[in-house]
Amino acid sequence: MSITIGPLHGRARRAARIEQLHAPGLAPASLIYLLLATPWARQWLEATMSAHMLVQIPLLAGCGFLAASALGEARQARLLAALGGPVPCLLAALLASSYWMLPRALDAALVDPLTELAKFLTLPALVGAPLALAWRPLGAIGRGFVWNNLASMLAVLGWLYLAAPVRICNSYSVFDQTHAGWSMVWLALGLFGAWLGSLFVRPLSGPNRSQTRVSTQEGQAWTT
Amino acid sequence: MPCGDRMSTTHAGAGLLRSLAVSALVALVGSGVLWWGTDGARAFTAEAARRVEILRAPRVLPAVTLEDQGGARFALDAYRGRLLAVEFIYTHCDSVCLSLGMAFRQIRDQLPAQVGGQELALVSISFDPARDTPARMREYAARFGADGSVWRIARVPDPAELDALLEAFGVIVIDDQRGGYEHNAALHLVGRDGRLSEIRDLDEIAAFTERIGDLL
Repeated sequence: MSITIGPLHGRARRAARIEQLHAPGLAPASLIYLLLATPWARQWLEATMSAHMLVQIPLLAGCGFLAASALGEARQARLLAALGGPVPCLLAALLASSYWMLPRALDAALVDPLTELAKFLTLPALVGAPLALAWRPLGAIGRGFVWNNLASMLAVLGWLYLAAPVRICNSYSVFDQTHAGWSMVWLALGLFGAWLGSLFVRPLSGPNRSQTRVSTQEGQAWTT
Repeated sequence: MPCGDRMSTTHAGAGLLRSLAVSALVALVGSGVLWWGTDGARAFTAEAARRVEILRAPRVLPAVTLEDQGGARFALDAYRGRLLAVEFIYTHCDSVCLSLGMAFRQIRDQLPAQVGGQELALVSISFDPARDTPARMREYAARFGADGSVWRIARVPDPAELDALLEAFGVIVIDDQRGGYEHNAALHLVGRDGRLSEIRDLDEIAAFTERIGDLL
């Protein structure tokens, strides 16, 4: 018996390793992450508030999202179950992303290497990856909620940056702040528009049908 | 069948419990970090943060040599034993430094006449030593009525010392790409012990003067 299990186990492991190596997304995610970490890219993307907030930070979170997506459905599901499902994941992403929206966090990342390190670690691990894990089970309505929550957060933040009577970041100029503010407002409108458009292209039903069935089954289990 | 139902119920119940427990933990840790990261929802910007930080822990300042509008060199430490009001400027500035100059004039004018340079001094420190020569600083001093004894205009000739001083004060100077600078402008109070003890906004001149009055 052990003779048959051994090779099978080995083969399965090898297959898993191959799957891991061929997982689309992991290589680009690592590449983008390493590129972002180079002093050259950091200097370039942190030179303006807009690039810092709207390019570097989303890309870092995106790396985490890609990496977690590359885990494969089965492992993602196991990890999500271990973490307690989509709700704690979304909560973690919301809180961690809120922290990096604080103007003083941006300033601190520029002058304090430890804060910069924390930014590079927490954005992929606590924003991107949990969002990727929670994304599939969320369903169209949940995704719409997350998407539009992001859009409204950006719009409010953009408006705050435009309406602020003073410079919000000590490291960035007022001109930069205004530019970032307008960029956020436009990006928020774009995100909302994209979501609205997606409703017409891919109606609410669709790829999540099997997922909905699972949740209704759970619902039945609750009522019995 | 009933056994399966019970099993799935327990399973769903355990899942929900886990979800609730992890959510509570995430919420607790997350809001704790946000609370800590904003000094208890008091400071959302680096500027507010440095003011809160200074109030909590007055900061020791580095030893620097200054050069005033008369060309005289002196140590910042020479002010120890007196209250010292500090502002950071560059004389080519045509916006916020003008308000700073006006603010310092108001502060000096509001002080009781009997308060002399032995109890309180004001110094406007230039962070643009290349352009702010003593002659240029004399011009600035004349414009705002800085007498050169109670109120001096001074630059830090040594770049390394200037960097250390700006860092200790938490002042960040950025190039505005138009031949000038943008910088966080405020009124700084250094105590008799030589520590930076309070930072006030430019529009809080009255509060700043009142604080000096209390300490005199």
